[in-house]
Amino acid sequence: MKKLLNTVYVTTEGVALRKDGENLVAEVEGEERARVPLHMLASLVVFGPIHISPALMAACAGAGIAIALLDRNGRFRARVEGPVTGNVLLRRAQYRVSEAPEPVVRSILVGKVANQRSVLMRALRDHREELEPGDRDAITAVTERLAFILRRVERSDGGLDVLRGAEGEAANLYFSVFDNLLRVPDPDLRWKGRSRRPPLDPINALLSFLYTLLTHDCRSACESVGLDPAVGFLHRDRPGRPSLALDLMEELRPVLTDRLALSLINRRQLRAGDFEKRDGGAVVMSDDARRTVLTAWQERKKEERLHPFLQEKAPLGLVPYLQAQMLARHLRGDLDAYPPWFWK
Amino acid sequence: MPDGGEPIPLSALQHAVYCMRQAALIHLERVWAENRFTAEGQVLHAVADKGGGRKARGLRRVMALPVACVRLNIAGVVDMVEFHPAGNGTEVAYPVEYKGGKPKLHRADEVQLCAQALCLEEMTGTAVPEGALFYAETRRRVAVPFDHGLRNLTETTAAELAVVFSSGATPPPTHKRERCRACSLRELCRPEAVTKPVLAWRSRMVSCLLAEGPGA
Repeated sequence: MKKLLNTVYVTTEGVALRKDGENLVAEVEGEERARVPLHMLASLVVFGPIHISPALMAACAGAGIAIALLDRNGRFRARVEGPVTGNVLLRRAQYRVSEAPEPVVRSILVGKVANQRSVLMRALRDHREELEPGDRDAITAVTERLAFILRRVERSDGGLDVLRGAEGEAANLYFSVFDNLLRVPDPDLRWKGRSRRPPLDPINALLSFLYTLLTHDCRSACESVGLDPAVGFLHRDRPGRPSLALDLMEELRPVLTDRLALSLINRRQLRAGDFEKRDGGAVVMSDDARRTVLTAWQERKKEERLHPFLQEKAPLGLVPYLQAQMLARHLRGDLDAYPPWFWK
Repeated sequence: MPDGGEPIPLSALQHAVYCMRQAALIHLERVWAENRFTAEGQVLHAVADKGGGRKARGLRRVMALPVACVRLNIAGVVDMVEFHPAGNGTEVAYPVEYKGGKPKLHRADEVQLCAQALCLEEMTGTAVPEGALFYAETRRRVAVPFDHGLRNLTETTAAELAVVFSSGATPPPTHKRERCRACSLRELCRPEAVTKPVLAWRSRMVSCLLAEGPGA
């Protein structure tokens, strides 16, 4: 099994990263604070004003270590990329299939809707006693509607528009009961619907931040199997958008990020005071809160699950890579379809 | 890639005899993963690939000799070629290929060596009746006579490879599954997964998930 290598997240302003031998070294005001061997590293994510030496960039590019530069709030700004890897035949196959993407989109959405439903069912199972009867009924009703949509996505022979419609409907339903899953009394930590660019409340700020982290991992996964992260199936091409990485995320989001957001709030690891409202309504996380999220994210990625299709145990952090590999195998014609990742 | 000109690498013939899918993954899809066997092979070849020549016991030895055969559209590098004097000033080429491990039950190593011989025959215009495989583990040379059967196998393998490379399609895994266990590409090839029908599996999974709903 491919090893789950580390991602180093650097959040402290003014840190200078440089290469020393075969190590990454982090310095603050000329003083060494951390040292990581490059061969243990899968990627490097830096937030805000961090200095990276050209020698380190070159070494990372050569070793296939992805570098992403994000702003302090986790919004993507740039990445450092080495020579194009993978092979042109796979990319051509990807472009061909992207012209008629319906079968791949169907698989992605089967996985996504099934996992959205599983998240709700798990909440019902684990917290039945704590849930208000009204909340419980609302969640149950949504799981039933999602079951109906899932059956439709799996079986209907409707085209891409039907599938995209089903996705929108499922997302609306799922997020309509997201607030019922929050078990803290704090009125500031309520869910009032999805908002992005900028997120307008703490839960949205948290979700957006987690989505950024998952996007980065999915993009690296695409690149490491030789797929072009910019050419997607469900997401339409748009310059600068990693459409394939976003596609790959769809089925993983409910489990990898949404559930993590819920437990960070419900276990009170994050509180209203960890978020700050800016002029204009944008909500951002404090530096401490970001560190809490990054630690929890790293821990979550180490948890092992049985991969439903491969029937092998794998850490959650490796799932984007395994799914990218399965997608590549499907595009090359090995597999008759893309096998979604189901969470049970 | 070897359609219309680019010659097929000699090492691909060895991979193809072992498993045609392995050859396609390495040479067509360009995936590669080291395992213990391949890493040892690298070290061994680092020694053999230095090139140059030396004289020993009255014969000429040439290291890392580039060879090619236009007829079969194959090319590569031979670890070592001994040129044995054959009287009246002529020489007979004797290819020697270094291999990690020990002699194997399959004929992949022999085919690679025979392909080298076919190249040397075309290049020198002189028959190459025999060569040798040197195995690091046993530290023994195994003489390989290039008989009719081996030559045939080598030529058909080259022809099959040419078809696979020009089609661009990766064939299914070998039926000899014991070979998968020793293959460094196993994690990338996924021989069990790629023979499993996904659509049927997906539909079973969905039914199974729907069966455990609160509404069911």
